[in-house]
Amino acid sequence: MESSMDKRLKKRYAADRRFRIYGLSAVAISLLFLSLLFISIIGKGYTAFQQTSVLLDVYIDPEMLDPEGTGDRALLSSADFGALIKQAMRKAFPEVTARRDKRALYRLLSSGAEFELRNQVLAHPEQIGTERSIWVPADGSVDMLMKGAISRDTAESDRPLKDKQLVWIDALSSQNRLKKKFNTTFFTAGDSRDPELAGIWGALVGSILTLFVTLLLSFPIGVAAALYLEQFAPRNRWTDLIEVNINNLAAVPSIVFGLLGLAVFINFFGFPRSAPLVGGLVLSLMTLPTIIIAGRAALKSVSPSIYEAALGVGASPMQAVMHHVLPMAMPGIMTGTIIGMARALGETAPLLMIGMVAFIVDIPGSILDSSTVLPVQIFLWADSPERGFMERTSAAIMVLLLFLIIMNASAVILRKHFERHR
Amino acid sequence: MKIKKLVVLALATSSLAMGFTPAQAARDHISIVGSSTVYPFATVVVERFGKTTAFKTPKVESTGSGGGLKLFCAGVGIEHPDITNASRRIKKSEVEKCHKNGVDEIVEVKIGYDGIAIANSKKATKFSLELRDLFLALAKNVPDPKGGERLVENPYKTWKEVNSKLPNQKIEVLGPPPTSGTRDAFVELALEGGCKTFKWIKAMKKKDKKAYKRLCHTVREDGAYIEAGENDNLIVQKLQANPNALGVFGFSFLDQNLDKVQGSSIKGVNPLFESIADGSYPISRPLYFYVKKAHINVIPGMKAYLKEFTSEKAWGDEGYLSDRGLIPMPKAERNQFSDDVKHLKKLDM
Repeated sequence: MESSMDKRLKKRYAADRRFRIYGLSAVAISLLFLSLLFISIIGKGYTAFQQTSVLLDVYIDPEMLDPEGTGDRALLSSADFGALIKQAMRKAFPEVTARRDKRALYRLLSSGAEFELRNQVLAHPEQIGTERSIWVPADGSVDMLMKGAISRDTAESDRPLKDKQLVWIDALSSQNRLKKKFNTTFFTAGDSRDPELAGIWGALVGSILTLFVTLLLSFPIGVAAALYLEQFAPRNRWTDLIEVNINNLAAVPSIVFGLLGLAVFINFFGFPRSAPLVGGLVLSLMTLPTIIIAGRAALKSVSPSIYEAALGVGASPMQAVMHHVLPMAMPGIMTGTIIGMARALGETAPLLMIGMVAFIVDIPGSILDSSTVLPVQIFLWADSPERGFMERTSAAIMVLLLFLIIMNASAVILRKHFERHR
Repeated sequence: MKIKKLVVLALATSSLAMGFTPAQAARDHISIVGSSTVYPFATVVVERFGKTTAFKTPKVESTGSGGGLKLFCAGVGIEHPDITNASRRIKKSEVEKCHKNGVDEIVEVKIGYDGIAIANSKKATKFSLELRDLFLALAKNVPDPKGGERLVENPYKTWKEVNSKLPNQKIEVLGPPPTSGTRDAFVELALEGGCKTFKWIKAMKKKDKKAYKRLCHTVREDGAYIEAGENDNLIVQKLQANPNALGVFGFSFLDQNLDKVQGSSIKGVNPLFESIADGSYPISRPLYFYVKKAHINVIPGMKAYLKEFTSEKAWGDEGYLSDRGLIPMPKAERNQFSDDVKHLKKLDM
């Protein structure tokens, strides 16, 4: 016969098991959502890493580029390379003669084809006068057809590609002149309105520059403020007021910081609009409270006996803090910083006010050039009518996530480093 | 020790960055702001311009028509934008504000038309709508269905109740929020257009313009009209998922998604490139951009950009902008505007 104690014990064990199951299922649910997110993004976006290209035999006609044979680069770079591409297409399909059909034929190629040719000729002027086979990007709709995003079964009038164009595409593909290749453009180009020419590099550089400014400003200022408030400041009404204000600032919606940035940095100081410098300044205002709060918590968790022992052996308060307390608090401060930086990386709202939600083709070279950032690029692409931007949006999200992972991983490595050396 | 040095170094660098005031002496690129509807067209021109000329690629910000004009009218000087895009004409109050800030000479350029489509999923039956149907289905207050010159809160729940020729289907329309220029144009052209078909309401316009506007421009808020955000791609996706709903968005999105959605005919006219171009499709609006004359000889490339935008290869019948869904103006109107641009004709209102 079971005693009442056994019964109670059993009940307690059962409650214990249930509790574990609750916890496990909570973890499982969050993992499920995370994997759903990843599957949907990767499933939609992985095709963007390939791009359909067409192999064209182009006769680089000296008559058309440089009739006098001067070899002048300025003349060459303004020459009509589009005409050479068109000539090559006509030669590949000599049966196409009607004007309308020819236009439809040229439309199979991206408008970037002539720039590809121009770059090659400018890099190798000795190729003028010869016939070359070069891979040029196909139009976005051809790319979508090859990737199955446009179906051949829909009615001709509802398709961006007409029946004739499909015949030409099939002809090219049977001659092995139409291939999906790795999409280097996506990783090296700036923004474009043609999905096949658009790249993430400009936005990525913009994000790096902006975050660089943010880190440079918010980390030292944040750590200094946390140190002073936690270790040196007297406890009175003023420091209480400052503390309440910092906590409030951490909860202010980010758009407010954008308005502040517009009023102060652009209108008052006259910094250029759309520059990573202003973006970084605004985002550091936003991350500062996070870093200060995390920094104070980390400093508080260092046992006071360490500080007192240092004082006891004759260190000055500053030496005690700098040599002993700060290094021990560093891992915690780093965690706070990385949380703040991750939030800054994903922010778009404050950047709208300071002009970083913009179409910028050139890759920014310094913190004063116009630039945009990764989340803004994702937002702009998601809003574009062309079908090809759909997969690029997901691919850009992947790049953003990868950037975040790299950032977090380096923080973990740094933290480990500090933990070992204390 | 190492940390101390690091902190000192970081502090020094950041103070250097703070103290460094960038010289605003020159700007070598054109700065463009304004409407998100014109953005897809302006960016195409900008990209071509940057690739084919020696000038730097201009910067285009998507701020909305109102926001763009506000920035544009803030003053003359390189810290202010040179050009603003707008999906509606500049208002008199905005011209006055410009004037107050020293922006006296503005050149107006109309670039073409944009149609607004009312579409549903291809899986559902196609709608043929009259403007009056749209008004009765979507306005907050409508004339009493029992007759008389009385207004009641919109009682219609299905399209069949609105017009017996329409399918017996719940009224559910996904459209842009009030901040959007597309919404302004939709309300002005479609709802007001339907509103005017009632004679006594039209008569009201003369007597009490405010009440007339309130009646014709207010969209119902009981859930039949769903504000779906500024993202037109999202509306297209939602229509696919819900064949019973209609969506309101720009023509270029219909054009790119013809395999997924179909545009309803309005007053018997289908939303096609041709019908918007000849003006027979009733819900279309002109698009503009405005140029600050004082900047033309200051910022490099301004004249060349204007020339590129107003060239036949850009905004012509077969130009590259028409490939993107911009509906070109008739030839005579194009000539007139490109002539105005050549002579930098000042806007007067």
